[in-house]
Amino acid sequence: MNKTEFLQEIARGIAGLPHEDVDRWLEYYAEMLSDRIEDGMSEEEAVADLGAPAEIAKQILSQTPLTKLIKNKVKPKRKLRTWEIILICVGSPVWGALAIALAAVFFSVFVSLWACIVSLWAVELSLAACGIAGVIGIAFFLATGAVHQGLFLLGCGLVCAGMAYFGWYFCKQLSVLLAKLCKLFLLFVKSLFVEKEGKK
Amino acid sequence: MDIQLKRGLLEVCVLAAIKNEESYGYQIIKDVKPFVEISESTLYPILRRLEAGELLTVRSAEHNGRLRKYYKITATGRARLAEFASEWAEIMAIYQFVTKEERTDEQN
Repeated sequence: MNKTEFLQEIARGIAGLPHEDVDRWLEYYAEMLSDRIEDGMSEEEAVADLGAPAEIAKQILSQTPLTKLIKNKVKPKRKLRTWEIILICVGSPVWGALAIALAAVFFSVFVSLWACIVSLWAVELSLAACGIAGVIGIAFFLATGAVHQGLFLLGCGLVCAGMAYFGWYFCKQLSVLLAKLCKLFLLFVKSLFVEKEGKK
Repeated sequence: MDIQLKRGLLEVCVLAAIKNEESYGYQIIKDVKPFVEISESTLYPILRRLEAGELLTVRSAEHNGRLRKYYKITATGRARLAEFASEWAEIMAIYQFVTKEERTDEQN
């Protein structure tokens, strides 16, 4: 792959960004390539040293805020004519509702992923609380002379405490996994805004 | 290394790489790489952030028939480095306390 192909592939990958941002990134990578070549690498080596352009484009996107991508996507490429503005206003109940629905779907995926994490820890916390309550509870039963009931309560408490102990590791692992899933989903949403732009 | 810690350290390392004389992207990467792992795509947002915070200034200059961007540290940037150095004096004291060798009975 030569320099031009490399830069073109990055440009295609980040086409959803505002034009001035794309230009700045390309300028930056062109400079990086030139400096490597000046340092004694061949053009091929310099390109290979920087890594796969698709991977670079993905990293750039993950660093760009989603709002910037949407704003750029929504911004008209030329000045709108009067009848187009009227059409947009008249049609707003239709496309507006669809846009809101789409945003709501994305938002709800996020909320549900985070809700999973919250509920995991809620279970963990309540198990731990049951464990403590079981130990404290036995004192009351012993005070009233109900030894059997007290022992039963203590047993339940210990079981809960044990589950909480193992649940801790489980929750931690699962939380990390869910957080990763959130990040992946965000990248997916961003790529939606970019790929459509690239195909034009 | 912890990601959050690394992010903060990288900013300071980039500033340190330009503290003596202005430098350009590839040179900064070469200077910082032996200490903290850094790639082109991580350097760029750091440079933009430092520029926005006026910790460095950028100028384009001709070099071998092409334009190259040069980054120069500002007074605010130097102040940030000084602040970092004073913070780390404290952290080093804590490090020495934490890693101080345990007294063994033979030594007594």
